[in-house]
Amino acid sequence: MAFVTANWNPLGEAFYRKVELYDMSWKLKESLREYLIAAAPYGGPIALLKGYQGRSPSTRPQLEIFSASGVPMASFPWKSGLVKQLGWTVSDDLLCVQEDGTVLVYDLLGGFKRHFSMGNEVSQSQVMETKIFHSPYGTGVAILTGALRFTLATNIDDIKLKRLPEVPGLEGAPTCWAVLTQDRQSKVMVANGYHLFILDNTSCTSVTPPGLSPQASSILHMCVSFSYKYLAILTDSGHVWMGTSNLKEKISEVDTNIRNPPKQMAWHEASQQSSVVIMWDRLLLVVGECKEIIQYPLDSDSVLVPEMDGVRIINETHHELLQEVPGACEEIFKIASMAPGALLLEAHKEYEKESQKADEYLREIKEQNLLAEAVKQCVEAAGHEYEPETQKTLLRAASFGKCFLSNFPPELFISMCRDLRVLNAVRDYTVGMPLTHTQFKQMTIQVLIDRLVHRKLYPLAIEVCRYLKTPEYQGVSRVLKHWACYKVQQKEESDEVIAKTVNMRLADASGISYSEIATKAYESGRTELAIKLLEYEPRSGEQVPLLLKMKKSPLALSKAIESGDTDLVYTVVMYLKNELNRGDFFMMLRNQPVALSLYRQFCKHQELNTLMDLFNQDDNHQELGNYYVKASYNEPRLEARVALLQSSVDEFNKAKNEFAAKATEEEMRLLRFQRKLEEAKGEPLLGFSLHDTITALLSVGLHKHAEQLYKDFRVSDKRFWWLKLKALAEKGDWDELEKFAKSKKSPIGYLPFVEVCIKHQNKHEARKYVSRVTPEQKVKAHLAVGDLQSATEAAIERRNESEINTVLSRCSATTDVILVERLNRAKATAAKK
Amino acid sequence: MAQTERRDAPELPDFSLLKRLARDQLIFLLEQLPGRKDLFIDADLMSPLDRIANVTILKQHEVDKLYKVELKPIFSSSDQLCFLIRPRIQTVKWISDLVNSDKAAGRFRKYKIIFTPQKFYACETVLEEQGVFGDVTTDEWNFYILPLDDDILSLELPEFFRDNFLEGDQRWVTTGGGALHLLQSVYGSFSKVYGIGRCAKMVYETWREQMEDGDQRTKQPEFAKVFLIDRDVDFITPLCSQVVYEGLVDDIFRIKCGSVEFGPDVTSSDKSIKVMLNSQDKVFNEIRNEHFSNVFGFLSQKAKNLQTAYDKRRGMDIQQMKAFVADELKGLKQEHRLLSLHIGACESMMKKKTKQDFQELLKTEHSLLEGFEIRECITSIEEHINRQVSMIESLRLLCLLSLTENGLLSKDYRSLKAQYLQSYGIDHLLTFANLRQLGLLVEQQPGETLTVMESRVGKLVNDKTVGKLTDAFSSLAKKSNFRALSKRLALVPKSGDEYDLRVPRDMAYVFSGAYIPLSCKLIEQVLERDGWTGLEEVTRMLNGHEFAVTAVGNSSEARTKTDAQRIILVMFLGGCTYSEISALRYLGKERGCRFIILTTAITSSARLLEALLDNHA
Repeated sequence: MAFVTANWNPLGEAFYRKVELYDMSWKLKESLREYLIAAAPYGGPIALLKGYQGRSPSTRPQLEIFSASGVPMASFPWKSGLVKQLGWTVSDDLLCVQEDGTVLVYDLLGGFKRHFSMGNEVSQSQVMETKIFHSPYGTGVAILTGALRFTLATNIDDIKLKRLPEVPGLEGAPTCWAVLTQDRQSKVMVANGYHLFILDNTSCTSVTPPGLSPQASSILHMCVSFSYKYLAILTDSGHVWMGTSNLKEKISEVDTNIRNPPKQMAWHEASQQSSVVIMWDRLLLVVGECKEIIQYPLDSDSVLVPEMDGVRIINETHHELLQEVPGACEEIFKIASMAPGALLLEAHKEYEKESQKADEYLREIKEQNLLAEAVKQCVEAAGHEYEPETQKTLLRAASFGKCFLSNFPPELFISMCRDLRVLNAVRDYTVGMPLTHTQFKQMTIQVLIDRLVHRKLYPLAIEVCRYLKTPEYQGVSRVLKHWACYKVQQKEESDEVIAKTVNMRLADASGISYSEIATKAYESGRTELAIKLLEYEPRSGEQVPLLLKMKKSPLALSKAIESGDTDLVYTVVMYLKNELNRGDFFMMLRNQPVALSLYRQFCKHQELNTLMDLFNQDDNHQELGNYYVKASYNEPRLEARVALLQSSVDEFNKAKNEFAAKATEEEMRLLRFQRKLEEAKGEPLLGFSLHDTITALLSVGLHKHAEQLYKDFRVSDKRFWWLKLKALAEKGDWDELEKFAKSKKSPIGYLPFVEVCIKHQNKHEARKYVSRVTPEQKVKAHLAVGDLQSATEAAIERRNESEINTVLSRCSATTDVILVERLNRAKATAAKK
Repeated sequence: MAQTERRDAPELPDFSLLKRLARDQLIFLLEQLPGRKDLFIDADLMSPLDRIANVTILKQHEVDKLYKVELKPIFSSSDQLCFLIRPRIQTVKWISDLVNSDKAAGRFRKYKIIFTPQKFYACETVLEEQGVFGDVTTDEWNFYILPLDDDILSLELPEFFRDNFLEGDQRWVTTGGGALHLLQSVYGSFSKVYGIGRCAKMVYETWREQMEDGDQRTKQPEFAKVFLIDRDVDFITPLCSQVVYEGLVDDIFRIKCGSVEFGPDVTSSDKSIKVMLNSQDKVFNEIRNEHFSNVFGFLSQKAKNLQTAYDKRRGMDIQQMKAFVADELKGLKQEHRLLSLHIGACESMMKKKTKQDFQELLKTEHSLLEGFEIRECITSIEEHINRQVSMIESLRLLCLLSLTENGLLSKDYRSLKAQYLQSYGIDHLLTFANLRQLGLLVEQQPGETLTVMESRVGKLVNDKTVGKLTDAFSSLAKKSNFRALSKRLALVPKSGDEYDLRVPRDMAYVFSGAYIPLSCKLIEQVLERDGWTGLEEVTRMLNGHEFAVTAVGNSSEARTKTDAQRIILVMFLGGCTYSEISALRYLGKERGCRFIILTTAITSSARLLEALLDNHA
């Protein structure tokens, strides 16, 4: 505690510190330089591949994966091709880039996941160098091929290969290169001697960093910061140029006085004094913007792992974090600091010693009104400290200070306590995730839980979720689901036992999808277990896709119907249609009316023939009959049409639907008649209804034929009379009409005659029929022809009040005074009666 | 006489929010296909789309040209085609053919299909079968609800009726559930749900499932009660002639998506005018719910008032005149324009409706509802058919006859059908098959008494598993039981009493006092009883499937705003008519509550029957 500042080094205004994270528990047989190595950021795992240079093809190199604390997680002999580069994805998968451009993907426990290729061009000209990079779009791979061209994929989960343009004047491998993400695009920066180029999708641009010292003749190394904002370049004159990665601004240039090429470079973006960390064989330099340098000697081969808030240094025995001392820590621990936090810490120390000095310190803070500030500083500093003891001391001081504040919001303190507890748990060397508080906040709790799940640390993950009160759906349930997916792959246990255990564990967790777990079980070849698990799935809709996949189609169909989701039923029906032979398919549908009616709908639009087969199988003669009738609509040729109708007659007969059969037969007769007449008289008739046919015949004067239809088809008298009446009036054939009226007694009376004539504005003709109208309709008839006088007579004669009223309403008060009077009188008498 | 709102009537929620949501999502989807593109729109989506995002908005989001989907080859030079369609197999097939022909011609374009309101698997299957699944991207535009007016929400899915009730295709059920879910997530959860009908029950079930899946926010609900009703519970009401102004306008001019096109005979000029018919139109708002016989008088009164308002100008000084021109004149002009339109419409309707035919039609209709002089009715229907007056009207009368009489006698059934076929062609054989399947036009079954039917239905309902499967077909043998229902619920007021249509006495005024719409009566009864108790016999006659659910573990009842308790959402599955809406508005006014109508589409007798035609056209 007293020596907090022991490992601090000043750099300009700021301090840098190197914190020991772990003693590596790996027992490496050889020096690190013998390995191909990849360490994931955010305290991720480390992968090592020995003998990667493939000196003897017969020996199989060993691929090993360790946690950041050196605990072995996986190890297996490498059996594939020559590996050029290892790297980790954002989701903890290991990428192994082979010489031929094939990339193999493993999970962090060494399980093979998949592989993909970086394209033909790469496999032909072989991989020369590779860089694996992270961007907001995921993990990307950039490859420099033997043909000195770059190929790049920005996101390996959605591979779109881009071949970048050629670099002019490049004859051998470039001295160095880096990938940066700018303007939502991945670019490559290449140094060829003193020349610097930026390659994007379409062009290759030559660039010069502003203010780069002219004495250099070659760029030896370069690195881009974690956020892609800054760039550092080391030249053979020993100068480090620091600036923004868009090359618009130079921040600083420092002479290191070392001229040989470094092994590795890394940016450390800090709040006060950013720096570039450069590593040579036995030397580590921290070059600050302020042009000061800190030197650290190295005893053994090391690897730099850039983080967002520091650089981790891994060697055979140790794992350290190099970072600028965070502001709060500096304020508190700096020697002779008078910052409020420092005073509060001091006050608390004195308080523990039961010394009255505590009060003095406190007073000093309170007088400046800085107590809240002091508490905040202590809390913040606790977050940046690694030693639990130091964390505790700081938090205690904060808690102490808080007592003297009346309304200090407690959230800050509480959440820091919680975060630290979680962080300390995952930093434990058995877990081995040396996350800083800043990194933890950046990666979010969800991702942390994912990482724990990837490491199969289910109990810890659940504890963390419960402790941080993560909503169940995102927290505990998710972990349990992963656990269950893992559990069902354990071959040694029986289906019953696993199903039972899974159900027991998951019983009260909400939002669990059993179907996902069942899918996992099925994928690992345990169909029976999958079916058992599916039984637990409450939503039947979720069960269906998997049941189909497992070829349990009848079960899937009934589950789909049970779910009430027709879309799902459709899915199954379509699947079955392709899966089963037609007979079995129809049989299955037969027992499921809902599915059947859906399929019928589909067939109506897509496969009319199938529809017919369906009806046939069901002996549904009624529908078959209807089907043929419908089919006949679209048939232009008469013979075919009649044939179709004949089929429908047969079907209707089978269906014992005599009415339909007869109607159809008549239609056939009608069609034949129409055709005959069409041929003989040239009148277009085909397709007309009986009514329309007769109308058409009458209107062209084919009365005989009309009569024939009338008789043959037993058209009702009333209809025929209406028909003929209208047709004749339409034609204005008044003589014929009169003849017709006299031919026999009209079954529809004579009022229609009057009305139809009036409709055709022929009052004269209308009058002819008025006399023949029945007494009940006389008034109406008279009114229709506008004969008020007679209407009045008729109405009065019939002594019908409503009729009198009708007539009255038609009389005008000025011209028909006499009539009105008569009517009113008659009305009075009628009313009296 | 104009209907004035009760002062304590609760405020309706603001439904324009739904439009905004839909617009934002559509824009988002259009942006997913960056660059200029041609947009193809299903014909029946044109008007609804216009309500959500007009051409200007579409152009702003790089839509180049707009086309109507006509299922014909297209001529578009754009490299990006976007289709905004209903999930219909036919349309998808057309798109597949298009893509394939482009492919054959070696033409490369980007295709995007936006299904609204949702994707159906069947459509994707078609894409797959046609081998173009990889060439098109598909998306969903969850445009479930179009607010047509302050109190009318429509799914604009006319095919719901035929698909669900005739074809037994329950695809749209999820859509119904989705619409309710949307309303609930925007306006808060309902405390009580009532319903009747098989489809209503299924919609409720899917809705409940979606509810359980989603997050449950406890928001202050803006309306508390929901009533779901299937169209096939009441076929009589939509088959009656509409005589309330709004309904009549719909019957004659056909209101499309809340707007109507008045032809030259109305506008008394040589061009047609499109008018939005909603509460924004002040003249219309006052007459929409009135019986037609009152409308003319009202309009002429209104005209007089308007004249007086204009006349105010005389005797004004300059200052006053200035104020008049600035404030009032525009409003008056607007009112003037609307007034003259409605008067024109009225005249045109008068011409059609005072004709003898129409009067006789109404008389027949009323006799059928009251159940006397059935023979005369049959004769006049026969004459109607024989004279080929109107294909749809004849069919309507036939259906009404069958529904009110519990089916036709064998002899009549055959002879009327034969007559009809003679008039309108054999094609209607299929129409009759459809009508029979729906129970709209059936033959009385000799020997089968009501009790046999009932015990059979009862068995189906009890046995759950069988129930689920056979439910779909139980409606085939359905009987309307109209007489008994009418008696029990007093649907037909005693004839003889004078019914003053100016001062409506009950909901029967929407049918000239001859009949209270069954659907609305049911709603009234259930709300009054807060459930179905006491209506057992009625529900049995309606084929059951009634339910009433109180939201579980919901203490919100107490917290619910009292206003919200008096706003009731009524969802019609399969469409509702303007007459029913008017009747419910009347009921609301009487009871001091407000009804919000959520319907799959606005329907009318003509639309309903046209959906069931299977003739050549």
